[in-house]
Amino acid sequence: MEKMFEEAGLTAIYDKVTREERLSLDDGLQLYRCADILALGALANIVRNRKNGDNTYFIYNQHLNYSNICTNLCKFCAFGKAKESELAYEMSVDEVKEKVRERLDEPITEIHMVGGIHPELPFDYYLQILQAIKEVRPGVHIQAFTCVEIAHLAELAGKSVDKTLEILKMAGLGSLPGGGAEVFSPRIRKLTCEKKLAGSDWLEISKSAHRLGLHTNATMLYGHIETLEERLLHLDALRKTQDETGGFLAFIPLAFHPKNTEMSDLAQTSGIDDLKNIAVARLMLDNFPHIKAYWVMIGPKMAQIALSFGADDMDGTVKEEIITHMAGAETGRAIGSATLVRLIREAGRKPIERDTLYNIISTPALSGELL
Amino acid sequence: MKDLNAKIRSGLRIEDEDFLRLAAEADLHQLGHLADAVRRRKHPERKVTYVIDRNINYTDICISACRFCAFYKKPQDPGGTVLGFEELGEKIEETQKLGGTQILLQGGLHPDLPIEFYEEMVRFIKSKGIHLHGFSPPEVCHFAAISNISIQEVLDRLIEAGLDSIPGGGAEILSDRVRSLTSPNKCRADQWLEVMEEAHRRGLRTTATMMFGHVETLEERLEHLRRLRQLQDRTGGFTAFIPWPFQPDNTALAQSISVRTGGHEYLRTLALSRLYLDNFDNIQASWVTQGPKVAQLSLFFGANDFGSTMIEENVVAAAGVSFRLSENEIRRLVEEAGFTAEQRLMDYSPAHL
Repeated sequence: MEKMFEEAGLTAIYDKVTREERLSLDDGLQLYRCADILALGALANIVRNRKNGDNTYFIYNQHLNYSNICTNLCKFCAFGKAKESELAYEMSVDEVKEKVRERLDEPITEIHMVGGIHPELPFDYYLQILQAIKEVRPGVHIQAFTCVEIAHLAELAGKSVDKTLEILKMAGLGSLPGGGAEVFSPRIRKLTCEKKLAGSDWLEISKSAHRLGLHTNATMLYGHIETLEERLLHLDALRKTQDETGGFLAFIPLAFHPKNTEMSDLAQTSGIDDLKNIAVARLMLDNFPHIKAYWVMIGPKMAQIALSFGADDMDGTVKEEIITHMAGAETGRAIGSATLVRLIREAGRKPIERDTLYNIISTPALSGELL
Repeated sequence: MKDLNAKIRSGLRIEDEDFLRLAAEADLHQLGHLADAVRRRKHPERKVTYVIDRNINYTDICISACRFCAFYKKPQDPGGTVLGFEELGEKIEETQKLGGTQILLQGGLHPDLPIEFYEEMVRFIKSKGIHLHGFSPPEVCHFAAISNISIQEVLDRLIEAGLDSIPGGGAEILSDRVRSLTSPNKCRADQWLEVMEEAHRRGLRTTATMMFGHVETLEERLEHLRRLRQLQDRTGGFTAFIPWPFQPDNTALAQSISVRTGGHEYLRTLALSRLYLDNFDNIQASWVTQGPKVAQLSLFFGANDFGSTMIEENVVAAAGVSFRLSENEIRRLVEEAGFTAEQRLMDYSPAHL
């Protein structure tokens, strides 16, 4: 192993990793530029094993996108539509209820709900859909609303972010999913999502949520026009925030999907880049408990391989993914829990069904009650 | 493991027990790292090759009825076809227009067509002036049986008609226990190897494949590799080894087994193959079954070739997997991984000098 790191020029970073010392931004740059993906993966795997052992998490969840109508219309997004678009939709409170009711016979523990920045829906609508979900499925955890939506909802409510989050929490909100982070760099936001909440505000809202006891995730949309330095500054900002609050559960690198976006001339991310982002994140984000390989974005095979490159979570069953599929994702819209268990086990790891907050729900037996 | 590491790095052959030990004890990074070291020793120029060709299936009618296959039609099924020469000619011309240098010609084991039919088809294809990589060993054995002639005579007559090289399909797992469970009507392991040996003796180059991840044991995978390595020691006629996992959708076998091979096991098997087959120059990645991302990663797990652009592919697509890649995409994937991409011919010589 040591020889492998030496050949890859990573001895100094390897020493830091074994001493559990924080890596600098320069270290991060060297990792991103390292051509030896195997050495990089082996290094990230050291941290993964230290933090999570062989434990590999997945969740039985359902995605619900209440509306794609959006005033931001970010250039990297194929989901958001103007109100007058033929493809625009919004769900009534009853439709949201129906979506949840349709899957009542499945052991779903989390509803993952995000939508666009809708120009007209009133604040009360958001409270109603939270309450509606809880009414149909009382025990479920609702992970909903990116920081971008929270800022919008606070504006609608005419209240502070803290107060708004408190009201949402009362209505049933359990945690925030971490989307809308994109790349924090003002340069990138100006070029790709000018109207979106600033990166610094995204971080502030996450901190508010953490202070109120709402856990959140963090994401980074990579593989478009961002530089390696911009990725690293993004990771560093997350790391600093986590030092302050400790409220982030998982970091989820999101691979940019160009199809049907205004940036469709760009290529899809490569397998190497997908694994690099997992591995570098695992190495840089020393205070994040979990790194997620989101199979919808990179495919189940790559997500499985990522378990040896720093990731310890495969997300979940997802049930009806829309956002990435509108951008041409060729992965399935759902995956069976048996398939997740099989993939995790084939990778030599221990599958664990978790809830949103990483409490263990079940550890599928070897012969496999789920198989 | 340290001794094994040193053994592999110094270029020594690994034994069966070494293979089993690596399979049991080495993790994904270690296997990749070792396979990559072998790959770099064999191909120090950091080049990854690919070929532009088209898979033409002259018929889907097949009496073999292999349980892992989603492509074939039984002779009595409706809709089975034999490709006419006119359509065959159009497909070849289209391939040539796209810069293609060869035709990969394979088909089902048709119940009636005699050797003369295949000779005529070979002559027709060769009249178009393109390399013909055709007829896997089960087909050669079948032609011999149908026309009641020897394997040697089939090869001699097809070579006389213009056949240039033989694809390594139909090997599946070269173990008769496995074959009796999955493809009882197909040629036995010995016959597959005999066709290849006879072909090599006649100066034809061939490839070898392995379809794994169904009913075979690890020892049977090893048996497969051992038999290939032994034959290669005798003839040196194999240009490349191409492993890929069983694709279960729409097959009879999928009903009875729950095994599905993920990307992790694919990469491990690829790396183990690179380590064991020390007398094979080239190992191909299987983007057709793995998709572009895993195929790109394969280049760090022993693969030095991206296979073919596959202007047309029907067999894997019938099993529910339909990745498509253009030449430009292949070049981009290869270059992003830090290699130079080079179009090659069947014998791995450059297509453009």
